[in-house]
Amino acid sequence: MSYAEAQKKSVLWDWLTTVDHKKIGIMYLAAGAFFFTIGGIMALLMRAQLMFPNSSLIPAQTFNEILTMHGTIMIFLAAMPLLFGFMNYIVPLQIGARDVAFPFLNSLGFWLFLFGGIFVNLSWFLGGAPDAGWTSYVPLASHYSGIGLDFFVLGLQISGLGTLIGGINFLVTIINMRAPGMSMMRMPLFTWNTFVASILILFAFPALTVGYLLLMMDRIFGSNFFVVEMGGNVVIWQHLFWIFGHPEVYILALPAFGIFSEIIPTFSKKRIFGYTAMVFATMLIGFYGFMVWAHHMFTVGLGPVANSVFAIATMAIAVPTGIKIFNWLLTMWGGRIKMTTAMLCAAMFIPTFVMGGVTGVMLAVSAADYQFHDTYFVVAHFHYVIVGATVLGLFGGAFYWWPRMFGYTLNEKLGKAFIILFLIGFHLTFFVQHFLGLYGMPRRVASYLPGQGWDGMNLVSSSGAIFMAAGFLLFIINIFVSMKNKETTGDPWDGRTLEWTIPSPTPEYNFAQTPLVRDYDAFWYEKYQGDGKIKAAEPLGDIHMPNGSILPIIISFGLFVMAFGLVYHTWIVAGAGLLIVFGAMFVRSVKEDHGYHIPVEEITKDKGGK
Amino acid sequence: MAENHTVEQHSLPPNPEKATLEGKNKYMGFWFFLGGEVVLFASLFGTYLGLRNSTAGGPGPSDLFHLDLVFIMTMLLLTSSLTSVFAIISMKRGNYKGLLAWMWVTVLLGLGFLGFEIYEFWDYTVNYELGFTTSAFSSAFYTLVGTHGAHVTFGIGWIIVLLIRYAKTGLTLTNAPKFYTATLYWHFIDVVWVFIFTVVYLMGIGG
Amino acid sequence: MKYLWRLLPLSFILLMAGCGQQNLSALDPRGPVAEEQFSLIMLSLYIMIFVMVVVFSIYVFVLIRFRERPGDTHIPKQVHGNRTLEIVWTVIPILLLLALAVPNVMTTFTLADVEPTDDSLEVEVTAHQFWWEFEYPEYGIVAGQDMYIPTNTRININLEASDVIHSFWVPALAGKQDNVPGITNYMWFEAPEEGVYIGKCAELCGEAHWLMDFRVIAVDPDTFDTWASNMAAEDAGEMQEDAGEVAVQGREVFEQSCIQCHAVGDEGGNIGPNLTNFSEREVIAGFLEYDEDNENLRAFIRDSQSVKPGNGMDVAFPEDQISDEEMDALIEYLNGLSVLDEE
Repeated sequence: MSYAEAQKKSVLWDWLTTVDHKKIGIMYLAAGAFFFTIGGIMALLMRAQLMFPNSSLIPAQTFNEILTMHGTIMIFLAAMPLLFGFMNYIVPLQIGARDVAFPFLNSLGFWLFLFGGIFVNLSWFLGGAPDAGWTSYVPLASHYSGIGLDFFVLGLQISGLGTLIGGINFLVTIINMRAPGMSMMRMPLFTWNTFVASILILFAFPALTVGYLLLMMDRIFGSNFFVVEMGGNVVIWQHLFWIFGHPEVYILALPAFGIFSEIIPTFSKKRIFGYTAMVFATMLIGFYGFMVWAHHMFTVGLGPVANSVFAIATMAIAVPTGIKIFNWLLTMWGGRIKMTTAMLCAAMFIPTFVMGGVTGVMLAVSAADYQFHDTYFVVAHFHYVIVGATVLGLFGGAFYWWPRMFGYTLNEKLGKAFIILFLIGFHLTFFVQHFLGLYGMPRRVASYLPGQGWDGMNLVSSSGAIFMAAGFLLFIINIFVSMKNKETTGDPWDGRTLEWTIPSPTPEYNFAQTPLVRDYDAFWYEKYQGDGKIKAAEPLGDIHMPNGSILPIIISFGLFVMAFGLVYHTWIVAGAGLLIVFGAMFVRSVKEDHGYHIPVEEITKDKGGK
Repeated sequence: MAENHTVEQHSLPPNPEKATLEGKNKYMGFWFFLGGEVVLFASLFGTYLGLRNSTAGGPGPSDLFHLDLVFIMTMLLLTSSLTSVFAIISMKRGNYKGLLAWMWVTVLLGLGFLGFEIYEFWDYTVNYELGFTTSAFSSAFYTLVGTHGAHVTFGIGWIIVLLIRYAKTGLTLTNAPKFYTATLYWHFIDVVWVFIFTVVYLMGIGG
Repeated sequence: MKYLWRLLPLSFILLMAGCGQQNLSALDPRGPVAEEQFSLIMLSLYIMIFVMVVVFSIYVFVLIRFRERPGDTHIPKQVHGNRTLEIVWTVIPILLLLALAVPNVMTTFTLADVEPTDDSLEVEVTAHQFWWEFEYPEYGIVAGQDMYIPTNTRININLEASDVIHSFWVPALAGKQDNVPGITNYMWFEAPEEGVYIGKCAELCGEAHWLMDFRVIAVDPDTFDTWASNMAAEDAGEMQEDAGEVAVQGREVFEQSCIQCHAVGDEGGNIGPNLTNFSEREVIAGFLEYDEDNENLRAFIRDSQSVKPGNGMDVAFPEDQISDEEMDALIEYLNGLSVLDEE
């Protein structure tokens, strides 16, 4: 394909076939935001049901389905894709690359995630959603649940495959695609955190894949992994799930930490404090992430030795996390803090996340965890951690990188109103839940009887949810009303890293010339030690771009069809789906595709138009 | 553009599989992929070890396994790994015909292995009445060994596609990384088999 | 100033709090196990409050002191880091965590020590969707829903499950352990005071998970002995000689419609809870009050699925199966099932 042909595609076809990391990033964000909204509506429904005791708004079965899908959607289909959106868009820009290492696989990863996510949600219309919690403990999930679990296990396997592909892609991109001079220890911290999170994805997701494989075998092919009478063992599931599940927490948290590590220095006008310590703390957190899974299983009967060992290992994670908190505080210390909305997110993250962190240490106390486990205390804890870090990180990242990605700046006043409203709601909703748990309220209850001392706090909790929803609405409104605030400088925040050196809107090829990196905070260095312009590492020339491809959608669709066949035990359909997959892979393997070149005239035209 | 990538053989760099950025990416990405596969198989091994005594009254490892059969299978797969090494050596020497020939030998040995495995499963199912659903042990056994078998099957299919697609092109900077990663994959499933041989078969008979 | 709102939820708590309902709160321990856990909770809480005070102080100071003032355009010094500080905030948390880890390990082992003692009582707890079965092997008793225990006695508990995973939790007496199919878990607790303690299933186990409550009823050892011997007696649940005609008719209905699943004494199935001491239950089916007109009980027997959806009693008894008159008799019979006030 030539450059001219590449330009002629219709908009729809262009987005369906794109392998451009920026467009894929935006698609991840859009799909993630869609699922986030759905998951949020489910949260509102649950809080509505729990607002008053003995409420009959939602039947218990439906409630269990909603609570399962809320967790599943928020973790797999909202938080991760949203983070992937930023990782996709920003990481190549931060390391001075024109694209990711595997543009085709990048697109495949996205479409697998989307088709998998849609497949899970189809269960709502085809016989009931999964109802065994996002953890899907067996044998409830294997032999006591309906068809929804089939959709769950197959859909999440498809989207999990996409995540794994994405993780490998980021790893290779970060190792191989860095611009000259961008050594590992000059990489921006968001890129570092993406790197470590990707390692976690690589080593954590296969365990989940196996878990889901066994669950699928039991449900669909009649195997006996979790059938106690046939020698099965139901605790194996919990091990496999949490060997994945605990690193997953850090997969969600680390990229958010990375986002804050970009925002805080930028708006404090000060280099990150203790860069090396930050990098090693990130690696330590990633490493410990694999050593502590059994702290989710203190009450399952592993014995006092295992419980003690995992308790201590879990507590140890507090140390590198604390290092990070103090380094962020010391970054702001002596700086000139400009309280933009993005910075407000980062500033609010610190106390919120610290509160989630300290309850995490409390939960690590195994003997006390016998009281905390599976109560609203845990619900409060992980919402403080995930909303405190991941969600605030996502919103902070949105306000920070929005001008980079969409060419306009979000309204600051609306933004601050949103964050404040959202956080008031958040603390109202979740702070009381610590006490609800200690007062004896188990989690995942479809309702509760009056007169147990829980009524008042549940009312408070549910009212808070309304504030959160109102806040989120302001954010959505902001996206539309701010469209006129065009951003043309490319560097609205006085940025420090490479993604702010390119014109706005971001050209398709990212960098007209590959940049030469001379220090950490490359752009800041050039601003204060150089002439304010980043040096080029190559002469201006034609730029090679990969061709788009429709095959990722076809492969994902094939798996989607196969999953349908498996759910309904129609092997012909399943086989047909598999045939589509292998056919598309065959075409991909056989057809050599060398991409096209953007001629140098086009690039100079862009530069002139700047 | 395609013609630019077909370089005269004598002008190919010493490591054609890693000469281009695409090749380097593919090579590294594949190593990471194998890292993930290690966790996948480790999880399956862990499951198997947890369930290998849970025969629920059905036949167990010591009733089933014949070392002679498994030994032949092991030899076939180990040899196929060796022939794929010969293939890569040929590639590095610029001997494209040698590459193709050794790869075909690898495929044949792999098919031999697969044939024995199918026979093995048939034998267990029919003569020992060990179905997939007989016990937790049988489920774990068939899943672990079957997942490996599926990898072998995929590997054979992949190599055959490469061999047919590039039968006449000669060695290029595009196909060198493809052959290289395919052999990497082949070595990996060979290593996994060594673990299956030890953990499933030897430990099944010995302890 | 941004922080005032952070205090808002706290003030709500102060308004409402206390420590929760006294027989259902981990913050109001009523036995040695819960007390040990409570003291660990408080220890960790104090350490964590200390950490939070330190972090929040620095945080508030930084945000106030280093906010951008109007017209301020200076470029701050680009500090790289400080090794001493990094060591300080690595070592101090480690020490704090050690202060927490050591008592935790000790308590974890204490709580796992389930060796029977001379006067300990063993209870085998089997969890079902969605009710609890308590077996006292030393007495040969099976009880449903209400777990009678003697005060000041160490209760060693073996936990099992018949279907899915459940979790046995009596917040005021002890933290939870899971009931896992195919595995037996062990725990113990003791109740120094007489009382009725609410127990919960803490692991999502299906549709009626939220209604899977039970009661631990601690009575003085003499009363417990009476209870146990009456539960175990040959004639437990048999019609008393002075039983009214209505109750006798109720027994017939019971034998016709209920006994396949529910046992009274040693007669009957164990698909549903044992009903030998039914009239002494705290609540019906884990959650329904005993009302004066027996409306709750009647509704439950007629169509339990509409009252407690998902429960294992998947038969309904409409009027063509049990007439109103028979129902009255059945209820009369059930309300006469007691073991403690026979004398």
